[in-house]
Amino acid sequence: CSAHLRWELPQWQHEDLSTKKLRLTKPSKSAALHVDLCKATSPADALQYLLQFARKPVEVESVEGVVRILLEHYYKENDASVRLKIASLLGLLSKTAGFSPDCIMDDAINTLQNEKSHQVLAQLLDTLLVIGTKLTENPSVRMRLVEVACKHLTDSSHGVRNKCLQLIGCLGPVEKGVAKEAESQAAKDVQKIIGDHFNDQDPRVRTAAIKAMLQLHERGLKLQQAIYGQACKLLADDYEQVRSAAVQLIWVLSQLYPESIVPIPSSNEEIRLVDDAFGKICHMVSDGSWVVRVQAAKLLGSMQQVSSHFLEQTLDKKLMSDLRRKRTAHERAKELYSSGEFSSGRKWGDDAPKEEIDTGAVNLIESGACGAFVHGLEDEMYEVRIAAVEALCMLAQSSPSFAEKCLDFLVDMFNDEIEEVRLQSIHTMRKISNNITLREDQLDTVLAVLEDSSRDIREALHELLCCTNVSTKEGIHLALVELLKNLTKYPTDRESIWKCLKFLGSRHPTLVLPLVPELLSTHPFFDTPEPDMDDPAYIAVLVLIFNAAKSCPTMPALFSDHTFRHYAYLRDSLSHLVPPLRLPGRKLVSSPVSPSITPHEDPSQQFLHQSLERVYNLQHLDPQGIQELLEFTIRDLQRLGELQSELAGMADFTATYLQCQLLLIKALQEKLWNVAAPLYLKQNALASAAAKQILEETYKMEFMYSGVESRQVVIIHHMRLQAKALQLIVTARTTRGVEPLFGMCEKFLQEVDSFQRCFISELPQMQGSFVDKLLDLMPRLVTSKPSEVVKILQTTLRQSTFLHLPLPEQLHRASANIIEPTGESDNPLRFTSGLVVALDVDATLEHVQDPQGTVKVQVLYPDGQAQLIHPKPADFRNPGPGRHRLITQVYLSHTAWTEPCQIEVRLLLAYNSNRSKAAAKIAKSTWNESPEALPQPENGIEGTIPFSKPVKVYIMPKPARR
Amino acid sequence: MPEIKVTPLGAGQDVGRSCILVSIAGKNVMLDCGMHMGYNDDRRFPDFSYITQNGRLTDFLDCVIISHFHLDHCGALPYFSEMVGYDGPIYMTHPTKAICPILLEDYRKITVDKKGETNFFTSQMIKDCMKKVVAVHLHQTVQVDEELEIKAYYAGHVLGAAMFQIKVGCESVVYTGDYNMTPDRHLGAAWIDKCRPDLLITESTYATTIRDSKRCRERDFLKKVHETVERGGKVLIPVFALGRAQELCILLETFWERMNLKAPIYFSTGLTEKANHYYKLFITWTNQKIRKTFVQRNMFEFKHIKAFDRAFADNPGPMVVFATPGMLHAGQSLQIFRKWAGNEKNMVIMPGYCVQGTVGHKILSGQRKLEMEGRQIVSLSQFAHGIQGKVAPDSQHLCSPPLLLQLEVKMQVEYMSFSAHADAKGIMQLIRQAEPRNVLLVHGEAKKMEFLKQKIEQEFHVNCYMPANGETTTIFTNPSIPVDISLGLLKRETAIGLLPDAKKPKLMHGTLIMKDNSFRLVSPEQALKELGLAEHQLRFTCRVHIQDPRKEHETVLRVYNHLKGVLKDYSVQHLPDGSITVESILIQATAHSEDQGTKVLLVSWTYQDEELGSYLTSLLKKGLPQSSS
Repeated sequence: CSAHLRWELPQWQHEDLSTKKLRLTKPSKSAALHVDLCKATSPADALQYLLQFARKPVEVESVEGVVRILLEHYYKENDASVRLKIASLLGLLSKTAGFSPDCIMDDAINTLQNEKSHQVLAQLLDTLLVIGTKLTENPSVRMRLVEVACKHLTDSSHGVRNKCLQLIGCLGPVEKGVAKEAESQAAKDVQKIIGDHFNDQDPRVRTAAIKAMLQLHERGLKLQQAIYGQACKLLADDYEQVRSAAVQLIWVLSQLYPESIVPIPSSNEEIRLVDDAFGKICHMVSDGSWVVRVQAAKLLGSMQQVSSHFLEQTLDKKLMSDLRRKRTAHERAKELYSSGEFSSGRKWGDDAPKEEIDTGAVNLIESGACGAFVHGLEDEMYEVRIAAVEALCMLAQSSPSFAEKCLDFLVDMFNDEIEEVRLQSIHTMRKISNNITLREDQLDTVLAVLEDSSRDIREALHELLCCTNVSTKEGIHLALVELLKNLTKYPTDRESIWKCLKFLGSRHPTLVLPLVPELLSTHPFFDTPEPDMDDPAYIAVLVLIFNAAKSCPTMPALFSDHTFRHYAYLRDSLSHLVPPLRLPGRKLVSSPVSPSITPHEDPSQQFLHQSLERVYNLQHLDPQGIQELLEFTIRDLQRLGELQSELAGMADFTATYLQCQLLLIKALQEKLWNVAAPLYLKQNALASAAAKQILEETYKMEFMYSGVESRQVVIIHHMRLQAKALQLIVTARTTRGVEPLFGMCEKFLQEVDSFQRCFISELPQMQGSFVDKLLDLMPRLVTSKPSEVVKILQTTLRQSTFLHLPLPEQLHRASANIIEPTGESDNPLRFTSGLVVALDVDATLEHVQDPQGTVKVQVLYPDGQAQLIHPKPADFRNPGPGRHRLITQVYLSHTAWTEPCQIEVRLLLAYNSNRSKAAAKIAKSTWNESPEALPQPENGIEGTIPFSKPVKVYIMPKPARR
Repeated sequence: MPEIKVTPLGAGQDVGRSCILVSIAGKNVMLDCGMHMGYNDDRRFPDFSYITQNGRLTDFLDCVIISHFHLDHCGALPYFSEMVGYDGPIYMTHPTKAICPILLEDYRKITVDKKGETNFFTSQMIKDCMKKVVAVHLHQTVQVDEELEIKAYYAGHVLGAAMFQIKVGCESVVYTGDYNMTPDRHLGAAWIDKCRPDLLITESTYATTIRDSKRCRERDFLKKVHETVERGGKVLIPVFALGRAQELCILLETFWERMNLKAPIYFSTGLTEKANHYYKLFITWTNQKIRKTFVQRNMFEFKHIKAFDRAFADNPGPMVVFATPGMLHAGQSLQIFRKWAGNEKNMVIMPGYCVQGTVGHKILSGQRKLEMEGRQIVSLSQFAHGIQGKVAPDSQHLCSPPLLLQLEVKMQVEYMSFSAHADAKGIMQLIRQAEPRNVLLVHGEAKKMEFLKQKIEQEFHVNCYMPANGETTTIFTNPSIPVDISLGLLKRETAIGLLPDAKKPKLMHGTLIMKDNSFRLVSPEQALKELGLAEHQLRFTCRVHIQDPRKEHETVLRVYNHLKGVLKDYSVQHLPDGSITVESILIQATAHSEDQGTKVLLVSWTYQDEELGSYLTSLLKKGLPQSSS
């Protein structure tokens, strides 16, 4: 027996120890708090303890204990501020994830009974709200809380009433049928209870009541139509927050009961509720508080059920002068336009009022929607104007007739003083452009903005022109003239303007047709001089004409000979802008590409695949043959990339890969590998250079292309591994002694190991490859000496086959183009040495993922000093998918120079191999398996890839004057 | 009944010479003190003798308020304060205080130096006058004295223009001065809170006009300037020194910046330069855009606009010139006009109204051939730099026989109206914002006011007045009188009923103590204690005769049963001593000393129970029901 006991004891003790260890931490928190609170001699002390306590997190298991202690102190405490803190802590604690607060709910409700301080009461209700929101699934709990809240609604403090309403809003019963009997008298009609507080004496409570009502709506309760009248009265409240909330409530009701009929006060008529609400919200657009105005203007946009009659009133403003009716400038412009004498120039009295108006008929304060947008768009605060423009946009999208009417106003907004508003209105116009046709005078105003110095504005305008309908040939001509003006003023807009003209041409072929002779300056009898082919303006005109000619077969008859030649040239050089044309007698030029072909049947795509096939199939040709074939293929691919912009990424990518392969083959082909190492220092310079270049290229392949999938990443990493093997071999040949090789071999083997771990799923597809063979030999490699390893590597490298690189669906190469500085200036940027000069850099980035994290600016000084600048995240803009724009300032500084010199500015793409997809994959897989042994596959190689052409900037730091 | 009296000394059914007297709760306030552009005699200044025939004005006026720096609102100020004599406070905003003396000085120079008038105020007087000025901030409540307080609101119109609220106790008047409800390129829109004044005195210059959006006009203006400059032409914009000039400068400056234009813009030196300086300083008074961007760059530090030199007018190439004065009747603008008029590439843009007889008016009405008197122009070259509005060219002022020159106007003439007054809609909007109980129209033509008055009465259902100059309008107010209530009483009384509702009157019991010009509502006990009075109980006693042959105690019992039956909600008790109490009302019955068949019921109640007591008496007087017993 004793033996038995002795046998049992250690185990039991062991168990006890382990559980005790856990238990010790649990009560320690609450115990410490308890001790602290008992120690506290004054309320201030206690408050300090509580504040300190609140800073530390509490584990789920000990929450309840802590709550008990806190409650115990709560009842003992006389000081309201300490009680307040305890109440707020209760709320905080019940928020703890994983803790179910139903056990403390009763206690929390009990504390309410005897509380005298209003602040503490409000805080306790807040805590109850937290508890309630954690227990939303339990209807009886909610019921109870709502009852408690209703009881305290009569409190004299606004804070308490506020919280009660909030509680009712968040927890009030929403479901109709559920637990009907269970609903007590108090909670029966939460809407009525809340509605009663719409007339509370305190504006904060009124606001809270409306908010609670909105909360109920959000939670799915259908609000009663009866509160519409009450809500309308609240629109005239003295306090802006009440009005603001009331506007929201009215909007909600108008969406709920759009078709209900409401009477118009002081008349016998009746109108639809949504119309009435629309009129009321319109009225609020001229409210005294801009917060309300913004709110009202925003909501107007989403009231699409409103009748068109009311909608059109919003743009209506009856002008009068000296009691006589006057026409608006818009109306006059329209009339001038329709009467055919546009642009007469304003004279004094041109706008003289004509007819007398009946004084009784003038309505100065409209009850309805009259002129709401006229006011909104003229508002003092740009926030209101932007909101109005947005609303206008939304309404115009759903109503073509309204779109037509609001055009004049939108065009006016193009001249707003705030750029944001201008931009917004241009975007808006673009969005509704399929509903509208611009009149000539409107077009004139639109085009005037082309001279804006902001690139954003101009580009937005180009986008707008791309999808604008123009009604007359004069309009087209005007647009072209203005765009060409724009081009001479801002030559950097070239691409954007060409693109714009492309769409303009293809949208209006019939309007362009009569303009062709004038535009090409052809003459029926005389030959005119041939224009300069490199002139961007001439190209712009041609882009317009060729795109129009695409759907207008009669047009090419008007071309002169050189136009056809230019067409051939442009079709080749700017294929994305010039469409294929069916030209008479010109088979060479008109490629018989029918638009119906799918990408796979695209001849260029086919060509790409065929040439790759060819390369991959020819495994066992003589080395000379392989090299030649690779060289040809690379050349073909590069050319293809230049011609077909949509295939450029793909072609470049594969060409880079083949290039790597070619370099590898070349390095291995060197006949001199067999000769003793010391004699061939010169030779291995080539091999090591090749290895280095391959490494660089693989990083480019991995990080510069968007759309690279893991299939490609394997191949890239494999190539990198081969390059590293090559490096190892070269080093082994050139260095004497074995000491340094030990480390290198070990490192290499580690990399092979991590490669295997990363891409274990891909390995079966890599039959016969370098790594496949290497892994077979792994046991041997680990045990052998470095010289042995090198020898094995060398043979494996030579024998391994060439891996097929599968292509993803879409592949885009990241590219950057520095627009500014242009690098053409001969005037050096002068500044005092030691001080800083800011250089504006403006660049477009394409297909860069996460540019904020990766794009850097590099500045290279003539002395070889390089500076790397990280642009701010806010400097990047995203004008379209896959496109980014970097507009930033680079700060330059240097010591004094004797004469001006050029520095180079370029953009770099930073990469970090840890961030790569492969690394992410490792991280994921290893976490599942063994979290403690997290291996670093590569030590996070960081680097940068230059991906823009460098731009030279002429600078001159002058010595400081003393 | 308390009343507010308003008497316009100027600007009553008229534009110019704004000066309005307001008497409110025993305080006299003068609003604005302007001169009239149309007159050169005594009528140009308000008739201050209306206020007092003899003696200092200081004794009759509590304060003077100037709304903004235009001369028709402040032109008579030095005359009023220094020559007539006023030493009380003059209130104006900071920008007005800064710019006002410059304009006054300019006005004085033209009147005295150029026209040779005597008996006019001097430079020193302007300085002395400005010393009496107290500058106020927007929304700052200034206590003029213990009861009178004033508060300024933003009014747009020109830099520093303000609307003023004048408040005594709970009676208040709002005077708008000139204001603009639509923002422009350099100023924001007027704004006022829902202050619900008893009276709103508003300008009504454009009472019968509803204006088109400003954007069209701006766009036209810019387009015209741009086109002319692109053609290589020169643009002349005649302006007055302050107000519109700055707006147009900002407009062109931003446009030049936006469109990257290079042609030079000039403005004439002198007053405009000085004025721009003040615009730079008072950024907080400008619009949102300028306020927000001034950290990067003060918009009034013009990049493209430079000071003009006489020699520049002959420079080749395009340029834009702002030159004073605005009606092309004299000065630099006329000189430049003469130089450029012959070239059809050039353009002149008139940004405002022109008085008949001026060159501006002639060319606007389409006259292409002008006869100019050579000498006169030279002699008047500096004339009328900065007077706002309608200055008639002075044809009497000649030095030598005129030399007539024929000038053919080939340049383009354009008219662009930029006005900074609220239109009819704007006025209505302001009334809606402020929710006044009465409206009074000034600063406008009678005929136009008539229309607006009718509209205001119709739409807002408030009284609207439009007194002529010297006519007094009396408005009766119904001021609420604040009474301090003791907290204890308030709590006690609110505890009885439901929550107090702000919109509904509530009945409470208490004692009103009027002492030392203050009112307090306290509980009766406290009142007694405070006043050191002993509490007296007031009891009403009433005898009711009842024909009842029965014994006394039986009668009592009958009465008791009767009352018990009728007054179910009250506690009715039959006391052992033979009396009945209903709540605190005592009823005793005795037999009539002469007639035993008649019982006398003695009903006695305290003052507090008056209601119940009188009800009981009337009940008992009806007699007891014929019971079966």
